[in-house]
Amino acid sequence: MAINPDYEGRTFESSEPYEVSRVKIAEFADAIGEPSPLCRDRAAAQAAGYPDVIAPPTFAIVVTSADTARLVSDPGLGVNYAMVVHGEQSFSHTRPLRAGDVVVAQSTIESIKQVRNMTTLSTVTEVRTVDGEHVCTARSTLVERGA
Amino acid sequence: MASPSYDGLQAGAEIAPKQYQVTRRDLVRYAGASGDFNVIHWNERIAKSVGLPDVIAHGMLTMALAGRFLTEWAGDPAAVTEFGVRFSSPVVVPDDDKGALVEIAGVVTGKLDDHQVSVDVTARSGDTKVLTRAHAVVRLQ
Repeated sequence: MAINPDYEGRTFESSEPYEVSRVKIAEFADAIGEPSPLCRDRAAAQAAGYPDVIAPPTFAIVVTSADTARLVSDPGLGVNYAMVVHGEQSFSHTRPLRAGDVVVAQSTIESIKQVRNMTTLSTVTEVRTVDGEHVCTARSTLVERGA
Repeated sequence: MASPSYDGLQAGAEIAPKQYQVTRRDLVRYAGASGDFNVIHWNERIAKSVGLPDVIAHGMLTMALAGRFLTEWAGDPAAVTEFGVRFSSPVVVPDDDKGALVEIAGVVTGKLDDHQVSVDVTARSGDTKVLTRAHAVVRLQ
C-alpha cells in the first residue's frame, strides 16, 4: 500500500495541550548529557533572564513527534509504520521551550514524493503556546521504504 | 573552555571535535525521555529481522548530541536557534559496555546579524557519516 498523495497540503487539527514540566526538561537533559544548570535550576535560569528552566534545542521533538505520529496513524494516509525511517529533521525556534509552557502542535503535510521504491512524507509542525505565541517550527521527513 | 565571542570569530573557525559514547543504556534512557519506544532502538532480534545490522540509536539522539556539542560550545542551551540535519546512516550500537562512539565537529561558515553565526556540523560513527546537511544558527555573546 502506498502513501495517499491526496493528503499533500492537508493541515490537521491541533494537538491537545502539552504542559512542559521542569522534571521532563531535566530528564531529557540528563538523557542527552546536556550539562547546563539552566535546564535544571530555576534560580540559574532566572538569573540568565528566563522565567523558568529552559529546554535543550531538540526537546521540541517530544511535542512534535507525538503530533506527527498521530498524523501518520491516520488510516486514510496509508503509511506502513514498520517500514518508516526518519530521514530529516529541523527546528527553528522563536524562543526556547521552558517549564510552565502549555503548548499545542499543529501539523501540515508539505509534500509526498515517490523516489525510486521509497516514499517521502514531509511535514511542518508549528508549536505555539495556548495563548498563540509562536515557539518553534519543526520540519520532519519520514521515509517509507518499499517492500 | 571559555565561550566564544561573536566579535572574535571569523568564518572558517573550527569547533574542536568531541567524542560521545552511546551505549544500550543511553538508548533506553533516551527512549524514556523522548517517548520514542520504537523497538529497533532496544530489541536486537527485531532490529535484525527488519534488515538492520544490530540495534541502532535514535536519529534524534544523534541530533541531540550534535545540539549539545553546539550549546556547550556557545555556553548556553538556548543558543541554537535553528538546526536541521539529514540522517544519512544509522549509529549501530552493539550490546557491550563500549557501545558506539560518535565524533562531532563543526565549522563556522558565516556571521549573521543579531550576534548569530551559521555553523556546519559533521557527525561520524567509525568511518560512516551519520549526519549530513547538518546546519545550525547559533547565537553568541
